[in-house]
Amino acid sequence: MEKEKQSTPVIHKKKNSQFRNILRRFMKNQTAVFGLVIIFLLVIFALFPSQLSHADYTVQDLANRYSGPSAEHWLGTDELGRDMYTRIVWGCRTSLTIGLASVAIACAIGVTLGTLAGYFGGVLDNVLMRIVDILMAVPNLLLGISIVAALGNSITVLVFAIALGNIAAFSRVTRSSVITVRDTEYVEAARATGASDGRIMWKYVLPNALAPIIVQVTTSLAGSILNISGLSFVGLGVPAPTPEWGSMLSNARTIMRDYPLQIMFPGIAIMLTVFAFNLFGDGLRDALDPRLKN
Amino acid sequence: MSNLLEVKNLKKYFKTNRGLLHAVDDVSFTIPRGKTLGIVGESGCGKSTLGRTVIHLHEKTSGQILFDGKDISDVDKHQLKALREDMQMIFQDPFSSLNPRMSVSQLIAEPLLIYKKCSGKELEQTVMQLMDTVGLAQRLYNSYPHELDGGRRQRIGIARALALSPKFIVCDEPVSALDVSIQAQIINLMQDLQEEHQLTYMFITHDMSVVRHISDDIMVMYLGMMVECCDSEEIFHNRFHPYTKALLDAVPIPQVREKKERRLIKGEITSPIHPGDECRFAKRCPYADQICFEKTPVSEEICPGHFVSCHHVREINHLQENK
Repeated sequence: MEKEKQSTPVIHKKKNSQFRNILRRFMKNQTAVFGLVIIFLLVIFALFPSQLSHADYTVQDLANRYSGPSAEHWLGTDELGRDMYTRIVWGCRTSLTIGLASVAIACAIGVTLGTLAGYFGGVLDNVLMRIVDILMAVPNLLLGISIVAALGNSITVLVFAIALGNIAAFSRVTRSSVITVRDTEYVEAARATGASDGRIMWKYVLPNALAPIIVQVTTSLAGSILNISGLSFVGLGVPAPTPEWGSMLSNARTIMRDYPLQIMFPGIAIMLTVFAFNLFGDGLRDALDPRLKN
Repeated sequence: MSNLLEVKNLKKYFKTNRGLLHAVDDVSFTIPRGKTLGIVGESGCGKSTLGRTVIHLHEKTSGQILFDGKDISDVDKHQLKALREDMQMIFQDPFSSLNPRMSVSQLIAEPLLIYKKCSGKELEQTVMQLMDTVGLAQRLYNSYPHELDGGRRQRIGIARALALSPKFIVCDEPVSALDVSIQAQIINLMQDLQEEHQLTYMFITHDMSVVRHISDDIMVMYLGMMVECCDSEEIFHNRFHPYTKALLDAVPIPQVREKKERRLIKGEITSPIHPGDECRFAKRCPYADQICFEKTPVSEEICPGHFVSCHHVREINHLQENK
């Protein structure tokens, strides 16, 4: 008894430490931290492009088109002689914003739909899933094209169009994951205790159904950035002078054989982003699971 | 009212692809305040379904449930929540009935938070008190269930059930997933708690020695129906239904040399899907005759407080009418 009394202050210190626990588990995962560092750098690039490269990404040097890396142009120049490094740094802002925003929207809507459908089942499930089926039946690119064509060419519309294409995948993944958790005994125990459906979904079902959703976030992010390039390819992406990785990639596609570096640098940028988010996502998934050993 | 729970003609049917499954069929019983009713029977006889139907985890098909003098057969969502403060459940498997993402303190605090009983400092105090009551050391406050052994996990389950100070707890095989040494600890804990908090238990199990230890009354079930119900000591000395006899004969005796005569059950189990108007034990019963296949027996009070459902109970046991 005496001993237990003494341990009380320790408990107080530890009480709100769930977040710290997660952070500690995450920090032990070196690859995940590496991913976080890359994301951090990308965010810095996105926030301060003019300080880290040239302030103007439209400066042309037509005498110097398709040049390779040099002291003046670190990553060479593009088809109009614009500095590739500057454009990649500035493109970070556009690509990350569109990618993250569209995935965030798709995730919020898709996870909500999937959770409701999976948890309640029955008629609601059928109705929601048929709506999702309709979304799935239209190819993402076609969906994007029609929305951009209808609503005009702006970043907001683009984000919306890409998000809409991702909703189906999110709700499908969430639904199947929720269904496996829904019938577990601890959910029944919560119901026996008197927990409301909302509480069960939020505190019991979602945390335990999270792993596949996080994986879906990382894959969707990559898909979204590439989707922008698809839309740019048909001229519905980001308006012309604004640098964006996807459009840079698709512009360079035609001259890939003669100037492979043109396609390589934006490609590496996209790859690095996706890679970083994948590492981060995996680490986050593991850190959120208390069952894994510290 | 001395009876805390009164169940009359409770039925629970499940729709399956092959037809209507009669999981609980026409079961009636009462549990006096502060007592324990043990429910025994083989796997699949409907004991868990019965427990879950009583506390409205399953919607009943028909029948009446009186709790504390009030009819709770049909309650809406709101009433149900209020009702669950008084009726809680302890689950069979302490490995799967606790949310793996919650720490011990969160798990125990959950019912208190749901019913907004207390918060902040007070909540913390109450949780610690509950941990103390069920014998969980306070250093486990921030542990997760996967870090604990089965006995400790089941203590969490008990603490959760106790948190709202209910009157009635359905214990669905609370010890069958535990080691024998830990079983005894948990059973003793539950008995101490019963005395301390005047709890009423409905104790579901298939372990005859456990049920004898904890129960005041015992109900034996077979394929969704009650076959025999009486005082728990009585059933070990005076059992009348052929199924109960066979069931108790199957209990091993911990003595090497003692050989006892065993009545073994032979034959197929009747299908619980669309059972006809017959005694459900008839196909396996050595005494079965014409009437057993034609009529479902009704439960009769053979002697005071001893109910049996069998057409031939008197002949089998050489009892006289109206004994």
